[in-house]
Amino acid sequence: MKTHPEGFRFHEYLLFGAATLIALALCVCAGSVSIPLKDTAAVVWNAIWKLPMPEGISADAIILSVRLPRVLCVALTGASLSLCGAAMQGLLKNPLADGSTLGVSSGASLGAVVAIAFNITLPGLPFAGTVAMAMLFALASLLIILALAYKLDFSLSTNTIILIGIVYSMFVSSIMSLVITFAQDKVRHIVFWTMGSLQGTSYENALVLLVTLAAFGAAILLHARELNAFAVGEDNALSVGVNVRRVRLAMLVCVSAVIGVCVSIGGTIGFVGLVTPHMVRMLTGPNHRRLLPASLFAGAVFLLLADLAARTLMNPLELPIGVVTSFVGALAFVYIFYSSRKGKNRA
Amino acid sequence: MSVRYGELTILERVSFSVAPGDWLMIVGPNGAGKSTLLGAVSQAIPYEGKALFEGKDVARMKPALRARSMGMLAQSHAVAYSFSVGEIVRLGRYAYAPGVFSPRAGGDEVRVRDALEMTGMTGLIDQSVLTLSGGELQRAFLAQLFAQDPRLLLLDEPTNHLDLVYQQQVFALIGEWLRGAERAVVSVVHDLSLARMYGTRALLLDRGRIVSIGGTREVLARENLEKVYSMDVYGWMRELLSQWEE
Repeated sequence: MKTHPEGFRFHEYLLFGAATLIALALCVCAGSVSIPLKDTAAVVWNAIWKLPMPEGISADAIILSVRLPRVLCVALTGASLSLCGAAMQGLLKNPLADGSTLGVSSGASLGAVVAIAFNITLPGLPFAGTVAMAMLFALASLLIILALAYKLDFSLSTNTIILIGIVYSMFVSSIMSLVITFAQDKVRHIVFWTMGSLQGTSYENALVLLVTLAAFGAAILLHARELNAFAVGEDNALSVGVNVRRVRLAMLVCVSAVIGVCVSIGGTIGFVGLVTPHMVRMLTGPNHRRLLPASLFAGAVFLLLADLAARTLMNPLELPIGVVTSFVGALAFVYIFYSSRKGKNRA
Repeated sequence: MSVRYGELTILERVSFSVAPGDWLMIVGPNGAGKSTLLGAVSQAIPYEGKALFEGKDVARMKPALRARSMGMLAQSHAVAYSFSVGEIVRLGRYAYAPGVFSPRAGGDEVRVRDALEMTGMTGLIDQSVLTLSGGELQRAFLAQLFAQDPRLLLLDEPTNHLDLVYQQQVFALIGEWLRGAERAVVSVVHDLSLARMYGTRALLLDRGRIVSIGGTREVLARENLEKVYSMDVYGWMRELLSQWEE
């Protein structure tokens, strides 16, 4: 059997980083109008250093104001969702846990929808109302779902959690329909949240995602050893001396904050947090000191490619990105569920 | 301590103590509350009353200090991910460098290697725990407990799923560990012969109450066992043994 070293090593960071950069470059260049890499590089370079735009390139507007902000948002959202998925799968010792399967994303989008429908804003920051409500609803959803799950089945088995997640998502969508009937004038805006799309996102959005990921994502990354203990079992974590309650609460808050922000910007993009950590685990093994950083990069690459597919597959028609990820994710879900059941029967 | 789930009382004012060198065997029929008692002591199950370790309230101890004082081995382990044996055992050292920013304790790797060697798991260090047999898995978690090096071991039917060879190995290993300074073991066992063979003291539990506590031989006396198990335990044990006469 192959030995995995404990931490994520420098050359692995380089490798995963390079893959992410290549995916980023590909996504900026490709699209309804394809732009040569050389031109893209020149435009981005000159924009960064505030140099005049190179002669003979007409695509600078497409690159700088449409594609680049969108691609950055896609990469950051993918990295965030994937990291959260990996963290929750470890925390709950459940390979099917993810914002979308648990119903946390639905909860967050309800928060966002309520904020839009009733014009809830923070003074001075028009955008922050949606973000804050999405974060708050994500945390509340996680707490409700886990409280229910603990009450029904203390071991938090896969089936219980998934079932509660489904029921919770249905419950949330009924409330969402109710809210929509009260806010007919904003239907179009609200439907966007239920689809999941990063079309038309801005540099400000990317900055919000980056700050959130830097703060809460870093906290998740720093808890890799504790997550290892949880992934072996909560009783084992207790026995080896992990502060079980504090770590669990910290992780839930971080995950809710990150998912809340992602949802408020891109809507519910399902299954990213389910598919990527699962694929990454096959490469790195389950140790979170390797799994978490690798998931971060892999999530960015996965969502970038999904977004590229969404933009180009049915060109000129654009698919919502959530459609692509859910398509891939649903298949992966069945596969993981099947293989984890098979593993259980063998043991 | 007492443990109640709503109206249901699982343990009613159970009190006991262990001293260094003790191996206390908790015995009793199914549903007596043996595992619950161990779970409460290890802080996994909420309880009324107090658990003290060297005069300190265990519930108020920092988790890392508690883990350096006492460690728990469950009767079975449902592992969901393919951690290697080495990774499982290294988790045992968590309590010596807990939290996010604490530096690694010196000598960690030596402890891990010793624990692997003691349990005969050195050759399996890189093996995924998903591919281990029940006996190997239990020994991997025992190695984690040895690496954790607490002063008190809490064992919940440590050999429940193991065949005779492993059963003998695990009990011999724990007996060897107990010979170190200032150590004690509390274990739940079903097998009364094992309790008599390895235990220095015993606690007989029935329907959440202590029937008898003290030296193994007095506690496992004929009249105590007959009362609790409602059968002639001694007769049955002799009959089992007679199957092996040549």
